[in-house]
Amino acid sequence: MAARNARLGLILFGIYLVIYGSFVLINAFAPNLMESTPFAGVNVAILFGFALIIVAFLLSLLYGWLCSTPSTTDESGKGAA
Amino acid sequence: MIYEPSMMAVFIFLGFVGVTMGLSFYLGGKAKSSAGYFAAHGQIPWFVNGIAFAGDYLSAASFLGICGMIAFYGYDGFLYSIGFLAGWIVALFVVAEPMKRLGKFTFADALNARYQSRGITLVIGISTLAVSIFYLIPQMVGAGALITPLLGFPHWAGVLIVGVTVVIIVVTAGMVSTTWVQFLKGSLLVIFSFVLTVMIMQRGFSVKDGGIDGYHFRTLGPFAASELIDPEHPLQLAAPLKDQPELAEATLAFESSNDGEQPTFVVAGDTFWYIDTHAGSEVFLRECQTMQTNPEGQLLVNGTPLGTKKGEAELHPVGYISKLPGDVESSGPVGPLSFFSTLQQSEVIIWKKKFSKEHPGMTIFTPIPTAGSKVLRPGENPKFAGIRSSNPIDKLNFISLMLALFCGTASLPHILIRYYTVKDEAAARKSTIVGIAAIGIFYVLTLYLGLGAMTSGALDLTDTNMAAPLLAKSMNEFLFAVISAIAFTTVLGTVSGLILASAGAVVHDLMKNVLRMQINDHEQVRLAKITSVAVGAVAIVLGILFKEMNVGALVGWAFSIAASANLPSLIMLLFWKRTTQEGIIAAVTVGMVTSLGWILASGATLSTVFGLTGHPGYVPFSEPGIVTIPLGFLTLVVVSLLTKPHVDTPTEAAS
Repeated sequence: MAARNARLGLILFGIYLVIYGSFVLINAFAPNLMESTPFAGVNVAILFGFALIIVAFLLSLLYGWLCSTPSTTDESGKGAA
Repeated sequence: MIYEPSMMAVFIFLGFVGVTMGLSFYLGGKAKSSAGYFAAHGQIPWFVNGIAFAGDYLSAASFLGICGMIAFYGYDGFLYSIGFLAGWIVALFVVAEPMKRLGKFTFADALNARYQSRGITLVIGISTLAVSIFYLIPQMVGAGALITPLLGFPHWAGVLIVGVTVVIIVVTAGMVSTTWVQFLKGSLLVIFSFVLTVMIMQRGFSVKDGGIDGYHFRTLGPFAASELIDPEHPLQLAAPLKDQPELAEATLAFESSNDGEQPTFVVAGDTFWYIDTHAGSEVFLRECQTMQTNPEGQLLVNGTPLGTKKGEAELHPVGYISKLPGDVESSGPVGPLSFFSTLQQSEVIIWKKKFSKEHPGMTIFTPIPTAGSKVLRPGENPKFAGIRSSNPIDKLNFISLMLALFCGTASLPHILIRYYTVKDEAAARKSTIVGIAAIGIFYVLTLYLGLGAMTSGALDLTDTNMAAPLLAKSMNEFLFAVISAIAFTTVLGTVSGLILASAGAVVHDLMKNVLRMQINDHEQVRLAKITSVAVGAVAIVLGILFKEMNVGALVGWAFSIAASANLPSLIMLLFWKRTTQEGIIAAVTVGMVTSLGWILASGATLSTVFGLTGHPGYVPFSEPGIVTIPLGFLTLVVVSLLTKPHVDTPTEAAS
């Protein structure tokens, strides 16, 4: 159970790391992209920033939910990893 | 600016702080043993603990520093919000549960559960102390920023009041009371920030030419660019401008960074006019504000002694919009998205500090009309301007900061001890999720609050940290008093948590485990209280010294030190079986010493703290994280491989 949670945590961490990393790298190397306004006149910098906060919360909910569900797929999960 | 205290504000404030402290004493009476003092008996409900996480984390720095940075430069301060929150992902997904399984009271116990090494206890104890003290500085600076507009006291008095109050709280109470107090403040901070945000949207935006004191800043022009300078005398104004009554006997002045081609200011008597050429062929002259200390040591504002009496002057508050989309005077109420889209198409007056060659020692606050689209994009703050430069080293400073914020949360000693105040891993997990939700909502609000402050007309040019309380003041006195009281108690709570963590490190780690002092339970609590007084005194002194710095930036540094010193060991211990105790000791020492040294040698510290204005520093950029965090990992791996592997005892091998 503990090992499964730890692996799950690392996977979700990996997902967030990719999103956060791309935000930082776009800011550093393509700052002009952050200025375009794709939706409702609001620019990418703000939309992406809000998305990072919302995604963090959603991932933590998902993690909490998956960890507290007594797993019946533990064996198959191990096989997949 | 000079602040007049308001009686109602003071009463509400004192009532609030009084209730908080009373609660603290009442609850503190229940904690007598050392387990209760340091870890609240492991009995705090998870929801309360989650909001208390938010209370701990949403320190003065989050509230005051980020709002201030956004109010003065736009979007950039929000980068801190994003990084601070992202750090929770590391804390929850990677560190939370293994820590809870390993630990007892402090961070050192967790790292040492496998080795029982005095060396590890020693270095972790010291790094906990270093991070706590560095994190204490911005809290104390923030306290001063809150007290000044509220009670009219000088900055140092605010710092002293917080220091003394907190030491009293910590000495009389302990972890139980700080948790409940943090819960109370965490909830109030989020609720009132929300109320303030709704009021900002209701108020909408309107075009102004000055701040809330009713002063209208003058603008002259437009003039044709060609009629500005006398063609015969290149250092004089042309005839048509000289004839303006405001500009009689005017001279030209050049910005100190300017090579002398184009003048920046027109100086007429004590009034400085900024030559605004951003509209191309049309030139406007915009009235500036100046500040200077004369040879007699007197502070002059716009050429007149600082004061509120007749014949004295003070800086006018600023922060206003000069143009709205469609050239309307007022936008009316705006929604959560149209708030940004309206601002995006507006023009905001951003006041920047400039210096002139002809007037050394004088700070010239210069009104610069700035397009909303620029205000809402990253890279306007000089600290982040590197992302628009073609020099890769400048970009590294930004990446380095974002890395430190990401890694720092999980390594903060006062955040980690909260994992031990609930009864099991499931509860720790749930309280972290509650914490992330509360903190996430708050950080979304910081962008509204900061931009609201930017257009509130209430900004104090001399202190970025005061933007949020002054925004509340521009709404009404009651809200101002409540927000200040919450922020102030937030400082109290965060500072008490940090002092507790430091006291835990000194007594539990250094005295009991390293020095092997024979101290009983009762003595341990007594020694912790003595330590708290000492740490409090250090924090007061540092809080006064670092007054000039934005508190958000100071917290960023505390994160860098925490991440560099603690994170490599924590991660490797949890995920690499070959880690040895020598590896941990080396990594913590190297991470702590290099990050601390880097910060102290950076240009930012040398110029703001040691008074060496303009000193470039001895390191290429100011944020150490991108160098020192990998260095910590590298040290740990190399030293671990060079030393004898740890032999697991049978029980630990089984788990």
